[in-house]
Amino acid sequence: MKAEFFVCSKRFFNRRALTAGGSGAFLAFEPSPAETRLHAGAVAGHAARGAASLLRFLLVLALTFLGLMAITFFIGRVIPIDPVLAVVGDRATQEAYEAARERMGLDRPLVVQFLSYVGDVLRGQLGNSISTGRSVAEDLGRVFPATLEMATLGIIIGVALGVPMGVIAATRQGSWVDQVIRVLGLLGYSVPAFWLGLVGLAVFYAGLGWVAGPGRIDIFYDGLVDPVTGLYLVDSLIAGEPEIFWNAVSHLLLPASILGFFSLAYIARMTRSFMLDQLGQEYVTTARVKGVAERRVIWRHAFYPIRIQLITVIGLSYAGLLEGSVMIETVFSWPGIGNYLTTALLNADMNAVLGATLVIGSVFILVNKISDVLYRVLDPRARR
Amino acid sequence: MSAVREWLLDDSPSSRLQASFGRAWRMFSALLRNPLAVAGMLIILALIAMAAFAPWIAPYSATGQDLANRLVPPSAQHWMGTDELGRDIFSRVVYGARITLMIVVMVAVIAAPVGLVIGAVSGYFGGWADRILMGVTDIFLSMPKLILALAFVAALGPGIENAIIAIAITSWPVYARIARAETLTFRDAEFIAAVRLQGASAMRIILRHVLPLCASSTIVRVTLDMAGIILTAAGLGFLGLGAQPPLPEWGAMISRGRNFILDQWWVATMPGFAIILVSLGFCFLGDGLRDVLDPKQRENR
Repeated sequence: MKAEFFVCSKRFFNRRALTAGGSGAFLAFEPSPAETRLHAGAVAGHAARGAASLLRFLLVLALTFLGLMAITFFIGRVIPIDPVLAVVGDRATQEAYEAARERMGLDRPLVVQFLSYVGDVLRGQLGNSISTGRSVAEDLGRVFPATLEMATLGIIIGVALGVPMGVIAATRQGSWVDQVIRVLGLLGYSVPAFWLGLVGLAVFYAGLGWVAGPGRIDIFYDGLVDPVTGLYLVDSLIAGEPEIFWNAVSHLLLPASILGFFSLAYIARMTRSFMLDQLGQEYVTTARVKGVAERRVIWRHAFYPIRIQLITVIGLSYAGLLEGSVMIETVFSWPGIGNYLTTALLNADMNAVLGATLVIGSVFILVNKISDVLYRVLDPRARR
Repeated sequence: MSAVREWLLDDSPSSRLQASFGRAWRMFSALLRNPLAVAGMLIILALIAMAAFAPWIAPYSATGQDLANRLVPPSAQHWMGTDELGRDIFSRVVYGARITLMIVVMVAVIAAPVGLVIGAVSGYFGGWADRILMGVTDIFLSMPKLILALAFVAALGPGIENAIIAIAITSWPVYARIARAETLTFRDAEFIAAVRLQGASAMRIILRHVLPLCASSTIVRVTLDMAGIILTAAGLGFLGLGAQPPLPEWGAMISRGRNFILDQWWVATMPGFAIILVSLGFCFLGDGLRDVLDPKQRENR
């Protein structure tokens, strides 16, 4: 995930560090001239301002999605030297070629092609996958729950361990606990997720036998439970099959923990730095001088104000896990969206690649923007 | 030696050259006081040395096969063992340093200047130019980088050059943001106004006066991003979309070792250690550089 996934995220971590890090200055929009006028006039009430910022948010969101579609369109139609040839093969006759070109609408101007592409995407028509023969939208609906299940457990692990670790590191700054957490954080930036997955399999599955191997469930349990939500943990509980539930858990535990490690590394690092900011504030000193118990100073006085910043961090981390699962799923043969994407990549199945890119990109953008908005709604200082 | 030192640390340098050498020396000695930064520098120096002197360091050839010695565990002859074609893994890791180094350098050389120019133009001119450029930047910023890189490689075709292009396309927006933020802080400064009054063109102001001032925060950022770039490149290699066999790319080597992970663990794990070490090196150096060059961003510790 790190890059890769977490490339780390990478990639994505780097970006996060920029948007979420430090002051959070990047999170706040600059007021547009229109907004400034509104403020100067002091005419508009809260409602009008709320409506204006909602409208602005929706506009930004729509433009971002349009940008995403422009990029996938560009990748799918413009970069390949001849998309028609990819469909008909290089031995096609001139007539077959022309027919395919017309059928694909490639004789029209690019702008028209783009608009019809946007229309298709909005109607959920992502084309057919060459490798599975089904429509890409249907395929994605089938594989998405697997990824969701893994990423959700991953973020739960990451938050449950990462936040307390960050707080402890901040309160015992410079101690060995702090150093260990710091090293863990750095490893989160520098260990390849796929490598950790392989090593994890070798150690915990083959070596120690603590967890089940690749795949979501043992082969003889496969298909025994009716898919209701597509999440095996939920479905098996609904069906009242504890045996299947525990089997699914033992398959899920290792990949989710590895994803969790990467979000833990990031969340702990950010929590630590937020906490240090708070612990250095005068009101914390005041509380201590008043004789408030240290535990209460830490968890109530210092921790409460950083919850909002943490929401942003956790949101970004969650979106990153969806992305990071690409690598992990490949290693664990996890039938999720990441695995679907990489299989499609290797088969040069462009419709499937672009569909998966669109879905992951959209979820990523949505989670990103929602945590952004939550931050501004919840933090009184960020309200304007 | 001490004469050189005095010349470097002179409080009133007599030439521009002396001033900039002196500043570089002060930064360098500040960096030397940070043990982690020194460790990072040593790791990266080792990487560069491995890349430069690979034929002399590697005991075997990176591609020569020796089927009699397939999958030999690590030993005195083969420090990291051999792979399924009997190739010495240590030698392949050493040669792989060249590929890794080339990827990070190429991505930095392509992405950083593009991002810098876009950010500086956007910040300097403001108005519509700013809105459009930053709109595009924000759209790229809100995309998942790895997925975007994967999709670009899918369209461009597998291969190391295309992997570099794809990673560069996903890396520039961060630098554009940084350059814009820096440019805004001194766009209205008096020295810029002075240059403008002397008749300097916008291009000259941006290239000669704005960009150099964005350099230090960009260098910090690029160094910190290196780990991510290495991991993305290795990930592409692992998926078979980056460097193609028989090139000894570390990610691709891990992918080959996948089939043997249960019995011949060294095939996949050894290149992974190389990736981790080099990424850590860049993280350490980046953290150290940030403390020296960009004290505002300094993390509490």
